[in-house]
Amino acid sequence: MFYRPMFRFVPDGTKIRFMNGRFAGLIVSAVLSTASIILFFAPGLNLGLDFRGGVVLQVQTPQTANFPALRAALAEAGLKDAALQTFGSGGNGVLISLESRDSAAATQTSIQEAETALNQVAPGSKILSTQAIGAAVSQQLFAQGLEALGLSFVMILAYIWFRFEWQFAVGAVATLVLDTTKTIGFMVLTRIPFDLVTIAAILTIIGYSTNDKVVVYDRVRENLRKYKSMPLRELIDLSINETLNRTLGTSGTVFLAALPLALFGGNALSGFAWIMLFGIVVGTSSSIFIAAPILLFLGEHRLRRSAAMPKTATS
Amino acid sequence: MLYFSRAKTIGILLLCGLGILLSLPNLSARPGFWPGFLPWNQVHLGLDLRGGSYLLLQIDTSAIVKQDLNSLVDETRQTLVHAQLGYTGLHADPAKDAVVLHPLDGQTQQDLTALQKLISYAPGATSPSVAIAQQPDGSIAISIPQATQAARNAQAVQQAITIIQRRIDGSGVLNATIQRQGQNQIVVQLPGISDPERVKTLIGTTAHLTFQMVDANAAPGPIAPLGDEVLPMASNPSQSMDVYSTVAVDGASLENAQASTDPQSGEWVVNFTLNALGARQFADITTANVGKLFAIVLDGKIIEAPVIREPITGGSGQISGNFTAQSATDLALLLRAGALPAPLNIVEEQSVGPELGADAIRAGAMALGLGFVLVLAFMGTFYGLFGWFANVALVMNLVLMLAILSVMGATLTLPGMAGILLTLGMAVDANVLINERVREEVKNGRKPLAALEAGYKRAYGTIIDSNVTTLLAHVTLFIFGSPPVRGFAVTICAGIITTMFTATVLVRLITGRWYISRRPAALPV
Repeated sequence: MFYRPMFRFVPDGTKIRFMNGRFAGLIVSAVLSTASIILFFAPGLNLGLDFRGGVVLQVQTPQTANFPALRAALAEAGLKDAALQTFGSGGNGVLISLESRDSAAATQTSIQEAETALNQVAPGSKILSTQAIGAAVSQQLFAQGLEALGLSFVMILAYIWFRFEWQFAVGAVATLVLDTTKTIGFMVLTRIPFDLVTIAAILTIIGYSTNDKVVVYDRVRENLRKYKSMPLRELIDLSINETLNRTLGTSGTVFLAALPLALFGGNALSGFAWIMLFGIVVGTSSSIFIAAPILLFLGEHRLRRSAAMPKTATS
Repeated sequence: MLYFSRAKTIGILLLCGLGILLSLPNLSARPGFWPGFLPWNQVHLGLDLRGGSYLLLQIDTSAIVKQDLNSLVDETRQTLVHAQLGYTGLHADPAKDAVVLHPLDGQTQQDLTALQKLISYAPGATSPSVAIAQQPDGSIAISIPQATQAARNAQAVQQAITIIQRRIDGSGVLNATIQRQGQNQIVVQLPGISDPERVKTLIGTTAHLTFQMVDANAAPGPIAPLGDEVLPMASNPSQSMDVYSTVAVDGASLENAQASTDPQSGEWVVNFTLNALGARQFADITTANVGKLFAIVLDGKIIEAPVIREPITGGSGQISGNFTAQSATDLALLLRAGALPAPLNIVEEQSVGPELGADAIRAGAMALGLGFVLVLAFMGTFYGLFGWFANVALVMNLVLMLAILSVMGATLTLPGMAGILLTLGMAVDANVLINERVREEVKNGRKPLAALEAGYKRAYGTIIDSNVTTLLAHVTLFIFGSPPVRGFAVTICAGIITTMFTATVLVRLITGRWYISRRPAALPV
């Protein structure tokens, strides 16, 4: 364990013909991404407090919470929009969420009304946390965030174009866009709230996924110079196989880091961690089944010649 | 590749040492021997980790505009009366940020000349206090220029910050931070407080105290006669009283206020003393109105309206209004600290009570620790010795990131820590790339030294390309993103840079030292 490696994911000289699955990969991806876009419009993301605005009170009741009584008391106090949800394992943790109010003063009044109602139904309850966010702030944040994300994709496109060829750049960014849409679809299905924390998770995934694509492409570029007469399809297969242990190694470590957070991390971390786990699987497989086929289709004839030309000139 | 000059080795070790030094403040209190030139900065813990309140307050600028226009109406009236000029229809027009009046026939020019007196320049200001213009319909508009209003708003925010600071200091809360954000917002952070509601009330109350005479002749009803206003009672909002709009004494004249118990009734009261001006006004009004009701008004609500039994000339008085010890103390504090220049609205609020912390933190910390250990164990089993070298670099990476975040004074929340852990999980990618390359070179039949040299050299191209791509994407996010995204982008960028250093340079140094001391016949790959 301390000197020699203990195991490998795949033996040396593995030759899996990944490009045989190029159509399957692209079709599955297209279907999943289309479904995700549909899901995005209906039923839509479960917007978190950061983007929806409103109030969330996290309270702890002395005994197991009596939901019907609590709901009635809240409605009595004029808070008909109050939504209740349990949290934690004891059965006495309750999340009370209210929709956003027209004014800051109205929000504060609602918070007090909720607290009063709570203390009538379950005297001795403790307010663990209060969170209130106006709706106006959030819209602006959201638009600005999307714009920044779009610009960073353009930046990735430009850099890969500059360092590789345009086919690589288009392949990478198209795959990143597909990855991101699938992550959104995953969030719609799991109802993980979309807030600033999960945005951070999506950005981390995009970073990870970019990294993974560049590593595979880098090997393709190297092999293009090394094997001048090999057909692109075989060459891409070879490159993926050669980097397979590194691909599985890196995705394995990130997966291992995120797994305990998803299982035991509690409310604050599990949403973030599940998105990460999903993103690692999607990001890793898309390097092989999406980014590589796109490169194959775009570069079938062009890449071979343009990469081989300088070599023939010098030799 | 594996050879390092002495100077370079020392440089690398110094950098690591500096990282350790700068991250130390997170572990203990500042020791006495710490040299003064080295910063002692800590990473701040977010609300979710230590409890407390975060409030985003917005100053109600429309209230400032309204106040300014009202006093401009008064000034205009006085100026014209002083110049013995008549006018009609003098009123404030908030939609235009202006005061409008109609001059009498043929007096427009005289009016304009007389009103020039209103124009003044505040020290250092480039725009005048007011701009005067004749309107197409013959009226005169006295408006407040935008630049002047913006300066006024900025001043009001500054003043509000000072007052909030005084109120918080007086309430005994420690380590609060109060900062301006943007044009007219204030961020208040209160770590570790147990009663957020009380502080919220302390901050959110305007605390504008006035003394106004009660109009005993007014007919009861919701509509006040001219020159009066109907104000609700603080103790029972459904009851109200008619008071004269003219303020007899303003709370700005207060010099001091203290909570105490009344020796006769045993109730909690607030005793106040007025400055010279206030004391004289108070003496005049109480002398002239013995036997009448006198309303004490706080933020538009009547606290009490006692009968004036005798003239009060000493400049001190007492407010009683069913106070508890806490509410009397707080009111005294608010009055001492002064009134806010305009109402503050709580736009965003986040409060975490002390009970929440412990369990959530324990679960989070355990998961984070387990994740880190799993990454270390994976690298160790998957790559053996070289994996352990990478692990040393990984721990150093964590230390360096902590150092950078400390120097920046960043705030770390539980999700932020998860982000750092995942950054570390991805950081090993560089070592994975190197080790896989070295292994390939060994399989290709190279000797250990040559395999190491070639492996590092070839992996570098890939490491640089993949990291620079990610770095560029996050720099773009930093430049164009909103504040929360920016904070995240900075952390990732810091992580990429420390990774490039530890995963390549530091590991190469360790591997080089190991190779020179052992001269192994075969590499453990």
